[in-house]
Amino acid sequence: MKRLDRTRHVLVLCLALLLLGGPFFPDWALFIATLAMAKGLAVLGLMLLMRAGLVSFGQGLYYCLGAYVVGTVGQFLHITDALVMLLFAGVVSCAVAALLGTLLAAYRGIFFAMLSLSFSMVLYGLLVKSPSLGSTDGFNIAVRSIAGFSAESHRRYLFFALSLVLAFGAGMAVHGFTGSNVGRLAAAVRDNELRVEYLGASVKTVVYLNILIAAALAGLGGGLTSVTVGHIDPDLAYWTTSGEFVFVAILSGTGSVLAPFLGSLVFEVLHSFAYQYSPNTWQMVVGFAMLFVIALLPTGLWSIFALGRKAG
Amino acid sequence: MANALQTIGLTKTFGAVTAASNISVEIEQDAIVGMIGGNGAGKTTFLNLITGYLKPTSGTIRHEGRDITSLSPRKVTRLGICRSFQIPQVFGSLTTYENLLVGTGIVARASGTWARQAINVADVDATAEQMIARFHLTAYRDSRSGILPEGVRKLLDIAMAMVLRPRILLLDEPTSGVSAEEKFALMDVVFEAIRGERVTVLFVEHDIEIIRRYARRVLAFYDGRIIADGAADTVLNDGKVRELVVGEAPRPSGAMGAGSC
Repeated sequence: MKRLDRTRHVLVLCLALLLLGGPFFPDWALFIATLAMAKGLAVLGLMLLMRAGLVSFGQGLYYCLGAYVVGTVGQFLHITDALVMLLFAGVVSCAVAALLGTLLAAYRGIFFAMLSLSFSMVLYGLLVKSPSLGSTDGFNIAVRSIAGFSAESHRRYLFFALSLVLAFGAGMAVHGFTGSNVGRLAAAVRDNELRVEYLGASVKTVVYLNILIAAALAGLGGGLTSVTVGHIDPDLAYWTTSGEFVFVAILSGTGSVLAPFLGSLVFEVLHSFAYQYSPNTWQMVVGFAMLFVIALLPTGLWSIFALGRKAG
Repeated sequence: MANALQTIGLTKTFGAVTAASNISVEIEQDAIVGMIGGNGAGKTTFLNLITGYLKPTSGTIRHEGRDITSLSPRKVTRLGICRSFQIPQVFGSLTTYENLLVGTGIVARASGTWARQAINVADVDATAEQMIARFHLTAYRDSRSGILPEGVRKLLDIAMAMVLRPRILLLDEPTSGVSAEEKFALMDVVFEAIRGERVTVLFVEHDIEIIRRYARRVLAFYDGRIIADGAADTVLNDGKVRELVVGEAPRPSGAMGAGSC
């Protein structure tokens, strides 16, 4: 119970400090942090699935879907408020997952990973072949306001604040979920499905629920990325995007809802600097960082804090 | 009052093998029934049929008058027929306490407004603590269940079945894998914990001494059939049972002793 409260306290503290400190950061730092929060949302969803023993190599599907929903409602419905756009992104991603989840919930292990990957690549294929959505070039997104407030000035900070509030809300919600009676079943499903059924709970329902939440989070993350960057293209659904989420999830560890955001931030910073100083070999730098983490912190970056807590 | 459990002509075949052959039996409320028989005699198959893990080739299963033949293990469990396993089925990466929390959480969810019970955790914690005390698991409360000794895992497995406040408790070889000197202690803890719960118990057991001490009624299985059914003393002294199940050949020619007991 003590740990539960602690996570909530840290979340509130992070939100307050970053909101207040935000105006003092340069624009480029705010941009990187906003992207990190957006991807962190997708990774948070992946963490939920991993708790249930499932690794999805296709979260890019919902990430890209969220981005394209934002783009589509902007382009065709002329909605230019970021919050409304994101609402659409979350709902549509969740709806698509509700459909695909009926199939996915029956698979485990490599079959779950490959099936989710194939769905994301189908979306990629469709988008590449859709001239009305810009094919491989994608298209730009115009955002004029956030929740009714004009976003014409202090743009970087406002998007940063939006990403913080979303990450905070998602973190609180997921933390509550993982501690609830339903949320606790994820680890049980990972360990022993037979026993879960013999305790009177439905394994399929548990898996399905986690798929839905993960999809909604990835959709939100994709939507947030698209309004921040102002441009979308089909690469958001490409397998390397999904792979990056898995990479960051392993880098982060599954110890806390804070871990995905921390891991995502570390990854974005690493990526940005690696790209700047060695544009042709940045993957190698990131790869070495991963090896380093696996060798020293097998359960992810978050274990630094877990160790500190045990020692203290 | 309808019987706790009734099977009518229950048959299960796997290709040419008949694992259960025309089993018709009635189990009265609050009975404590021991099930004996050699390996492959059909005891576990019988439990798997009752809990819906296997679908019978033919025959009917009734629970308190209700036909449960075609129900899944989950639905059978929800009706209050719960089981433990020969190889304990626990959540290995969770602690003893967390294992029980999973169970109590499911019960809480099934017995209240879904949304509220799904979030409310406080009374669930209390029930789990209670079960730990009742099954003498206090010393192992915060140990990962995957590394616990077999006897403790057996107890945890049974405690998890009891969390659901079952009407019928099925125990598949509760003392297998437990050292001889610990068997009685384990069974004492189990029967102590379920006393006053008004639960019908069926347990599979190879140790005849355990059967003699705890079972009031005994079903003797051989080759997928029930060859004797009655009070413990009567069945254990039955000639056929002694020959085929217990493995004490009354005649020198009785080389058929299939019993590993």
